[in-house]
Amino acid sequence: MFKAIIARCKQGHRTMAYPREPLALPERFRGYPEIKADLCPKDCRACADACPVDALECQPDLSLDLGKCLFCPECSRACPQGAITHTPDARLAANHREELVVRPGDEHRLAQALEKKMLSLFGRSLKFRSVVAGGCNACEADTNVLSTIGWDLGRFGIQFVASPRHADGLWVTGPVTEHMREALLLTYEAIPAPKLVVACGACAISGGPFRGSPEAHDGVEGMLPVDLYIPGCPPHPVTILDGLLRLLDRMP
Amino acid sequence: MTPGMLFTQNGSAVARSEIPERSGDRFCETLISAVDGGWRVVSYFGAAEAGSLRLYCILSFKSHAALGIMSTTVTGNSFPSLVEAVPQLHLFEREIAEQFGICFEGHPWLKPVRFEAQLASLPAVPPKAPEKAGIMDFYRVAGDEVHEVAVGPVHAGIIEPGHFRFQCFGEEVMHLEISLGYQHRAVERMVLGRPGLRTLKCMETVAGDTTIGHGTAYAMVVEALCGARVPAKAEAIRGIALELERLANHTGDLGAIAGDVGYLPTASFCGRIRGDFLNMSAELCGSRFGRGLVTPGGVQFDVGRELADKLRKRIDVARREVTNAVELLWDSPSVMGRLEGTGVVSEKDALDLGLVGPAARASGLNRDIRRDHPFGIYNVTQLPVETAKGGDVYARTLVRWLEIEKSLHFIEEQLAQLPGGSIVSPTAQLGENRMALALVEGWRGEVCHVALTDGSGDFQRYKITDPSFHNWSGLAMALRGGQISDFPLCNKSFNLSYCGFDL
Repeated sequence: MFKAIIARCKQGHRTMAYPREPLALPERFRGYPEIKADLCPKDCRACADACPVDALECQPDLSLDLGKCLFCPECSRACPQGAITHTPDARLAANHREELVVRPGDEHRLAQALEKKMLSLFGRSLKFRSVVAGGCNACEADTNVLSTIGWDLGRFGIQFVASPRHADGLWVTGPVTEHMREALLLTYEAIPAPKLVVACGACAISGGPFRGSPEAHDGVEGMLPVDLYIPGCPPHPVTILDGLLRLLDRMP
Repeated sequence: MTPGMLFTQNGSAVARSEIPERSGDRFCETLISAVDGGWRVVSYFGAAEAGSLRLYCILSFKSHAALGIMSTTVTGNSFPSLVEAVPQLHLFEREIAEQFGICFEGHPWLKPVRFEAQLASLPAVPPKAPEKAGIMDFYRVAGDEVHEVAVGPVHAGIIEPGHFRFQCFGEEVMHLEISLGYQHRAVERMVLGRPGLRTLKCMETVAGDTTIGHGTAYAMVVEALCGARVPAKAEAIRGIALELERLANHTGDLGAIAGDVGYLPTASFCGRIRGDFLNMSAELCGSRFGRGLVTPGGVQFDVGRELADKLRKRIDVARREVTNAVELLWDSPSVMGRLEGTGVVSEKDALDLGLVGPAARASGLNRDIRRDHPFGIYNVTQLPVETAKGGDVYARTLVRWLEIEKSLHFIEEQLAQLPGGSIVSPTAQLGENRMALALVEGWRGEVCHVALTDGSGDFQRYKITDPSFHNWSGLAMALRGGQISDFPLCNKSFNLSYCGFDL
């Protein structure tokens, strides 16, 4: 017991100051893209051809679908002009699928708060039931991280619960494998209305690296009504938390 | 050494025409005598060739760093099962039976593995539709007071799906059967054909917590097939990333084990420190899981002097903190009381089941790919292999801790003496009609990738064996005769991958 107390003093207080203060991210972190279409030579498809998951469209102008993007360095490395780069901005979540498509000159659209009635229901206490539907355990791990002492998700009244009956929302990771489709839909059914759905990670939004798999359904799009999309492969914990806090109108 | 095998080394490719093809009987005899003579089965899989099924077995012999390849062709729709003589084949045979629809005569337990569709339809085998996941005959224990407990596929918490079926007499578990397949994304089918960037992304996500392990194995396969030489600096950076992956996961596991016995100090501290290791991976390549770092031919991100010094400082801090957090475990009798003697897997069972990684080493098996079949940086620098005797949760906890110490030291050493030069060399067209194999010691154990290319250098068959494939049977064995309330703790002490198993 005595040793545990000494260890506690040595380890110190670790809950981060975020969201009051910004979070320091690694120098090489790849977040929200910056597209300078005016630098694109005519008919150049270098970045689009380099993308492993066809997240880039060249016509009429260059655009990047964050719902498909794996945030890998391929496109920016393939472009000799520097027309596409990933900035270190980790704010990526959005409320609607089409808002994830980034076009040059667009303003950076952030997730918006729930409407008033839902906010009064969930603003102070929001419980999620997680269903892993083919996720590779990276989205899951970095969602779990939010419950550790550094992030302490509980301080915002957000928790992951063990039963859909206790939940306000469904948290989906993975491309929705055929073997998990039924369990996912039954879990959704079991959550009392009104309820939310969060699609966390590229797989849940679009199938990610497994888009087009004969055994998966390219994510929850068209299967369930999604209230919050969190892009990334996997999303950084701060991307997840940022999306949740905006949804609940809790950003200071 | 055994005849009837083609000998090769880790990370190399051979011409498919050189692989000896034996008659069924001869193949079986050779395989049994090889295992009796100390060889270990690394992989056993099927490939559809010219309208029939060819079976390949890859074996490992520790003391010569030798790998052996043998093969046979199945005529008709059945093949003798060798499980009685070589128990470590039990799941491999089930997998082949499911992927190609053949029957292994005499297999005691021929059930679905993933409930997956057949990989190929063979003329000799009537096609079968895959069954619904989890619908199968579970092993039952009969008796008035025996009760059955079913858990999953959806679990409490944020955990991958899997189904566990316990046969219990009161608290005592007489038998546990594990049924998986819910995470099946058809990775092996998706990576067929011409390898490209998408292939690498699928490999990195076979098991997302083993991104570097699987990414490196895939890169080694490609390098073997096109004869690319990886620059020394890239090998060092791969080694650093692989050990960081081990550190993050082992630290997380020690925290999770502490949490499961209700000891919160270590659980809280390790949960946080795990994040520090992930952030170090992110310093290397921008991703906490090492996505985009390893690429065929080398690595995509360089480590300069400044970054190396920064990481060394952070490793030093993390070492102090993780030591402080973990030492509390050994000093807490209430923790040790829960870990010692729980979930025992004897050395013989571990050997028979073919366990790998820390789970095998905790049962006294001295096996580690980094030493037995060195690859990359491990060709020039050695990490001592740590084993324990008990085979219980305590041993699996202790081995993780000893490995954390070694990995910290290894990373510091590598950062201090990073070679100069390039970090990636070009890859060429893949060799035609070849077989390449790569073994990597991931944090859970042996990651095995085998590729067969066709006449145009495309992947005709790609076989992935995650360490979890070997080790799930170990978890089932650990529960036998134990208490059902110890299941979460035993499960944490193995911490296996569902998606890595399900592919």
